[in-house]
Formats: sequence, structure tokens, C-alpha cells
Amino acid sequence: MTVAEELRAWDAGAVLGDEAPALAIAPEKVAGVCRHLKDRLRFVRLSAVTAVDRFPAEPRFEIVYLLHSIERNERIRLKCRLAGESPEIDSVSGVWRSANWYEREVFDLFGVRFRNHPDLRRILLPEDWEGHPLRKDYPATGQKYSYAGE
Amino acid sequence: MSDPAIHSEPASGRRMTLNMGPQHPSTHGVLRMVLELDGETVVTANCDIGYLHTGIEKEFEQKFYQQAVTLTDRIDYLCPLTNNLCYCLAVEKLLGIEIPPAAQWMRVMLNELTRINSHLIWLGTHSLDLGAMTVFLYCFREREDVLRIFEMFSGQRMMTSYFRIGGLALEPPRGWQQAVSQFIDAFPSRVDEYEDLLTKNPIWMRRTKGVGYAPLEDLLDYGVTGPMIRAAGLAWDIRKSEPYSSYEKFDFDVPTRTESDVYARYQVRVEEMRQSARIVKQALAGMPSGPFKADAPKVVLPDREKMKTQMEALIYHFKLVTEGFRVPPGEVYQVVESPRGEMGYYVVSDGTSKPYRVFIHGPSFGNLQALPVLVQGRLVSDAIAALGSTDFVLGDIDR
Repeated sequence: MTVAEELRAWDAGAVLGDEAPALAIAPEKVAGVCRHLKDRLRFVRLSAVTAVDRFPAEPRFEIVYLLHSIERNERIRLKCRLAGESPEIDSVSGVWRSANWYEREVFDLFGVRFRNHPDLRRILLPEDWEGHPLRKDYPATGQKYSYAGE
Repeated sequence: MSDPAIHSEPASGRRMTLNMGPQHPSTHGVLRMVLELDGETVVTANCDIGYLHTGIEKEFEQKFYQQAVTLTDRIDYLCPLTNNLCYCLAVEKLLGIEIPPAAQWMRVMLNELTRINSHLIWLGTHSLDLGAMTVFLYCFREREDVLRIFEMFSGQRMMTSYFRIGGLALEPPRGWQQAVSQFIDAFPSRVDEYEDLLTKNPIWMRRTKGVGYAPLEDLLDYGVTGPMIRAAGLAWDIRKSEPYSSYEKFDFDVPTRTESDVYARYQVRVEEMRQSARIVKQALAGMPSGPFKADAPKVVLPDREKMKTQMEALIYHFKLVTEGFRVPPGEVYQVVESPRGEMGYYVVSDGTSKPYRVFIHGPSFGNLQALPVLVQGRLVSDAIAALGSTDFVLGDIDR
């Protein structure tokens, strides 16, 4: 059985789409799905959590979980789509401790909040930074500064 | 807790917060650690990262696919060719182009020289942190030889950008076989020299044995990869489990230890240098003949000679340089075994000539995250040893 079939057999509503190795997961179920994948299907490693901004499409954010099972020698990606208006999703740092920093990075660079995260602060940028640089509507270059009036 | 190095009871009631870095010499870059100390014992350790953040993932989105190769060197600057390789493999997978065997073998060979280079820097600086000055000088002597080989191939010592999408940037230079074989024949005896200085050295053993221990389960849970995992007993190497660039055709061992301490990590990395030398020798002996670039005129720049004689070549060159090439929509997560562990490039294409999103999974990020497990409850001087044994590169963490 593929991972998608095993997940569907466990919870019919969890998997929204199957484009192996990428699975679309219902955002509200992600923590439960991850727990099941780790405990039952031996995906002991979370390589990383990251995001893709599909601006201006809605739902705008795609949270991507890169999972790896050494025993099965298999990699899968879980994807959750979140709307652009105050995006929020459950943290999986209770499942894998490695999620802690990766979720902070997504929070820092994309502005996605993770519920139940133990320490949700900016990680790469200074605390007082404004905006989230990896969003597509964040400028890639600075604005020209004029000294004319000085 | 049977380990005598662990002090579970606080020595006194008074605690002190010690700020280590971002300019501390043993952090090798700009890492800040906030240690809470009780006497000489570390109670908590918190890492503060981001001092080297340059927004390189945003920069990827502004560049053509082939321009972005030059950014990859600057991420993990101690193994630039591994970064080049991982990015190129990811884009080549999206494009679906076949790389000729000669280019694949050359990539493997240079990649292993990069691993030797990176491990040499690690061994030199790590032993310097622990007070063994001579090893540092020996390691940098050999590292210089590797850098000369890189310069010979690419014209650059560090920021090589020698692997391009579709093959290699340039034909290998005249006389490269001699330069590489001269280095690699002498190298195993050089490793013996380092081992003479360290492996049985009582001071080195006292400073490293039983220090920085962490169980395998914790390391896996924190996302640790590479030599650190192998020193904890798991024989997992991406070159074996998910081979790329014809690694399956090479014969080499994956060294493991079970002690999961600083000494075990040292042993694993030293043995990896010997194995890398083995791979380089095999690549040198069995290097296939043939082209070093894929037969994909819409992706790979034409030879200069053809541009002067063929109209199509000139047109392709102009188009590639001015507008890049389009990559079919899709996404791929490509992993390679870097000297530090699992390096991954997650590349998303929307069908244009610039990447829509590139996420770089640097192995140092996961390795550093586990640091509190290695140092909490131990002596502060052991924290330096444990920190060095994770072999992190800040460019890889902060991106």
C-alpha cells in the first residue's frame, strides 16, 4: 500500500489529493496525520518545514512538510493550503522536535502562525523587523533613497 | 545518568548568564550562544542565529536558473561544489535531461575532493579549539592542495560554480589527472599523520571521549544528519540509500561508531576522508571518455568554437544569456550527502525561466538545533568540544 492509501484507510478525510510523493492534507488534521505517520508508518524524520507563497491565488500559502523514512527509504511531502488572511496552522513540534526551528523560520519569513508552538519568535531576522521577506508581495530590492532635500 | 560528566545537582544556587559570540573564535562565524551557567556547568544553552542571513532564497527568485548556480556556492561555503551539484541535479530532474557519464564521474570526483576539503577544515579548526595547534597547520597544508586543484578546474579556489545545469562549466584542464593523482596518492599517508597526532593522544581522548553524548533517537528527532548520526550507530548515507550522479557505481564503505560522542564523530570523519580518497582513485582510474555537457542545446551554452561557425549555436547562446530557459512546471526535492549531512534543494517551477521558490535544507540547521542536548548538564569547556563536533557552517544555517 502506498502512504496515501494507508492514510486514507486510517482517516478518510485527511488526504485531499495524491500526487505522489506529494500529498495534500486537510490543514486542521495535519498534527494528527503527522503523529500517525511517525508512530505507525515509521516516518521518523522531519527533514524540514517550509512554505510556498502562491500570491495572488487563494488559498495563498502552501505549507510543505518534507518527511523521510530511513527504514522504508522513502520521502514524501505533505502540503496544506492556508488562506492569506491571518494564516494559522497547528504546530507539529510536539511530534518532531526538529519542527521547532523550521516553523519559526516559516513564521519569520512568511508570517504564518503555528498554534501550540513552544517558542514562536523570529529566528533569522531581528525581532523588530517589519514584514515577511519571502512573501511574493514583499519587494526584492530596496527603495531608492534621495538626498536631494538634505 | 551513569555518565560522571553529567552533574544533575546544581553546585550552588547562583546562576550566571554567559554570552558566547557572535564574535567568539570557537563559533567559527557569527553564532551567538546564551549559556546559563551554574558554576562550570551548563544549565541551558540557547542558540541565536541569523547574523549571516542574506535572503538568498529570495535572491533565487530574481535570477535565471543558470545564474542562480553562483548563489549556491555562497550557502555552504566550505563545500561549494556539493551545493552546485544538489541545485543542478534538482533543476536537471525538472528539465528531464540526461547527463553524460563523463560529467557524472567528474562530478563525483570533485564532490569527494570537496568532502576532503571540508573535513580538513573541520579537523583543523576543531582540534585548534581543543588546543592541538599542529593539526591545524597540517590540515591547511593539504587543504591548499585541494584548493589548487579547484582553481585549476574552475579558475576559482572557493566560489567554484563549476557544475552547471546540464554538465560542467568548462572542459577539464590539461594535466588534471596528474594533479589529482599526485594529491590523492599522498593523501592517505597525510591522514595517518593527523591520526598519529590525535587518535591515541591521551589529552585528545580525555577532551573528547564521552563528551557531547546524545542518544540516536534524540538526534533523529532533532533532524540531525550526516557523520553525527553515523557516529551514533546508524549506517545511513544518502550516497548509498538514494544514489545520485552514478554513486552506485563506486565502491566505498560507510563508517559508523556507536559511542555518539565527540571522539566517535572524529573517528567517523577521519575514516570518511579515507573513503573519499578511495572514491577519487576509482573515479580517476575509470573516468569515461565523452562529452562533459548534455546534448540539450536549449539549456546548455554552446561551445565557443561552434558559435563562430554555426548560426544556430549563436542564436541559442544569445537566447540563453538574455532570457534564460524555461523549466516545465513542477517541483522536486533533491537530496545529496554533503560533508555535514543531508543537503536538500526544494525547487518549485511555474514554467518560467526563473525559479518560483527555492528552499535550501542545510544540514547544519538540523545539527545545530540538537546542540542543547549535547551540552546541557555538562561542563562549559566540553561545550566547546561538542559545538565543534557538530561541524556547522553559518552560511548554511542562516542562508
